[in-house]
Amino acid sequence: MPLKRDTSPVSALAVPGFVFGHTMSSIGPVAPQRMHFAEPLTLQSGASLAGYDLVYETYGRLNDARSNAVLVCHALNASHHVAGTYEGQKDSEGWWDNLVGPAKPLDTERFFVIGVNNPGSCFGSTGPADLSPVTGRPYGADFPVVTVEDWVDAQARLLDRLGITQLAAVLGGSLGGMQALSWSLRHPERLRHCIAVATAPNLSAQNIAFNEVARRAIVTDPDFHGGHFYAHGVLPKRGLRVARMIGHITYLSDDAMEQKFGRELRAAELGYSTHDIEFQIESYLRHQGDKFSEYFDANTYLLITRALDYFDPARAHGGDLAKAFAAARAKFLLVSFTTDWRFAPARSREIVKALVDNQRDVSYAEIAAPHGHDAFLLDDPRYHAVMRAYLDNVAAEFASPPPGRPKAGEIPSGDRPAYSPGEGQS
Amino acid sequence: MSDRADLEIIASLVPEGSRVLDLGCGDGTLLAHLREHRGCRGFGIEIDDAKVAACIRRDVKVLQLNLEDGLSLFDDRSFDVVLQLDTLQHLRHTENMLRETARVGRLGIVAFPNFAHWANRVRVASGRMPVTRALPYEWYDTPNIRVGTYADFEVLAGKLGLSVLESFGIQRGRLVRTLPNLLASVAVFKFERT
Repeated sequence: MPLKRDTSPVSALAVPGFVFGHTMSSIGPVAPQRMHFAEPLTLQSGASLAGYDLVYETYGRLNDARSNAVLVCHALNASHHVAGTYEGQKDSEGWWDNLVGPAKPLDTERFFVIGVNNPGSCFGSTGPADLSPVTGRPYGADFPVVTVEDWVDAQARLLDRLGITQLAAVLGGSLGGMQALSWSLRHPERLRHCIAVATAPNLSAQNIAFNEVARRAIVTDPDFHGGHFYAHGVLPKRGLRVARMIGHITYLSDDAMEQKFGRELRAAELGYSTHDIEFQIESYLRHQGDKFSEYFDANTYLLITRALDYFDPARAHGGDLAKAFAAARAKFLLVSFTTDWRFAPARSREIVKALVDNQRDVSYAEIAAPHGHDAFLLDDPRYHAVMRAYLDNVAAEFASPPPGRPKAGEIPSGDRPAYSPGEGQS
Repeated sequence: MSDRADLEIIASLVPEGSRVLDLGCGDGTLLAHLREHRGCRGFGIEIDDAKVAACIRRDVKVLQLNLEDGLSLFDDRSFDVVLQLDTLQHLRHTENMLRETARVGRLGIVAFPNFAHWANRVRVASGRMPVTRALPYEWYDTPNIRVGTYADFEVLAGKLGLSVLESFGIQRGRLVRTLPNLLASVAVFKFERT
């Protein structure tokens, strides 16, 4: 789940995008915006997050009826920068640039797309590296534990402020898919469609185990200092590197890794060394780990993996997922990938079953993509054909609004600011 | 069931407003027809990527699943009608699929190529496997791994404890009620669990 896919060997497996005669072009230069929330956010833990900022980006235009908004939720190490590029920055395409943009499946000429950085992250929204208003020092390990539900509530507040009462769709993959599902349960009337890709109704023991190994790698790094490393002027990079390497292994399928690296050696001959890089896969993992440790916050990694662990909407219903989804009102599209063993198709089918049991509208695509979990970020033509077909229908609903649909002025909104997309950058 | 007339004959068997599960729903033509003309709703199950995308494009709810894995996703009698059109002959576990059809639906409707149609009999009598409109494949490339006859199905239905409510043949878009095992290239059965 890399922030930028740049020259990663994995993306080389993807098919270049040329769909339905449209040359796929990026939306072009975009800029993040920032919004401050003075009112504390009450969290699932019972704690609260005092005054906080959310950083977000929007693409496209909100229509007069305010009915064309789509919220895109990010996964572990991504951000609000979903699509487009940053002026003057090379390789700065957003993490879902192949899906979101003009004439792309999530077409920014029709939809108003919102990407929000979740609190606890390290890409601009209030997170562990920011100063705690209580201590005046970086939160560090004291940043409150946040959950998928907390993120969804924070996102809902942002939408309140943007004057968006109901979303055309919420869309996310992996941990982002969990947020999309959570939206359908916490704010069922606020979205018409829920699109959850490569996700699960909760993490399996094996999945939690991977997260725990990653967390232990970080926490036992001598530079971690109990999460207060900022004061020591160091970063627990060794731990982050290992955490990222473990993660990366689980995002790829065995076959994809075999095809890309196999047993290929870096040198012509064996070096008979236990610490030097011998195999290309080692080189790749170390490179990914190094890159990641340069930009990702260790406390954020702990927080986000914990949010993954905790997500389990069935828990409040005695483990009965169908009971949990009784609250949902949206229409659903679920997508999984056959080679994804981290968020396997069987987990998506559990969600499908819960929705079918509740007689909810759901379509489900199980794409035989070879890339493993990472497939949700790539542009497999079968995957994108399904996304395009579904989103075209979502767009058709507001393209010709049926009589009786409320106009912009009729939408009740407590504190709608004077807002127009593209303004208010900070 | 690609033919329009065949499709309308099958659709007429489905009670108005039914909740329908269409096993092997293809591009969703029948489900869209049932939604628009008979006020039905429900799901299709399809394995083919392009057909799944085609269903989604026409806003037919589709689940991409392998029917060979069974219908464990669905509770007993959770649908008014389960359709299995031109699908039966492609499945390895035919018996199990019929049992599942009868478990999940109050009504089951099955249509499949009737191998005992006179044209097929003539062809086999001449020493060659039939290649016809209903059975358009050569023996070496056919996806039809379970070829049976109208009469065979009656026997299997009895064995599985299915009571046949209605059955007939279809030949070139026309209903065949006289000697369907001989005169129809497509066999149609509507049944329920006894």
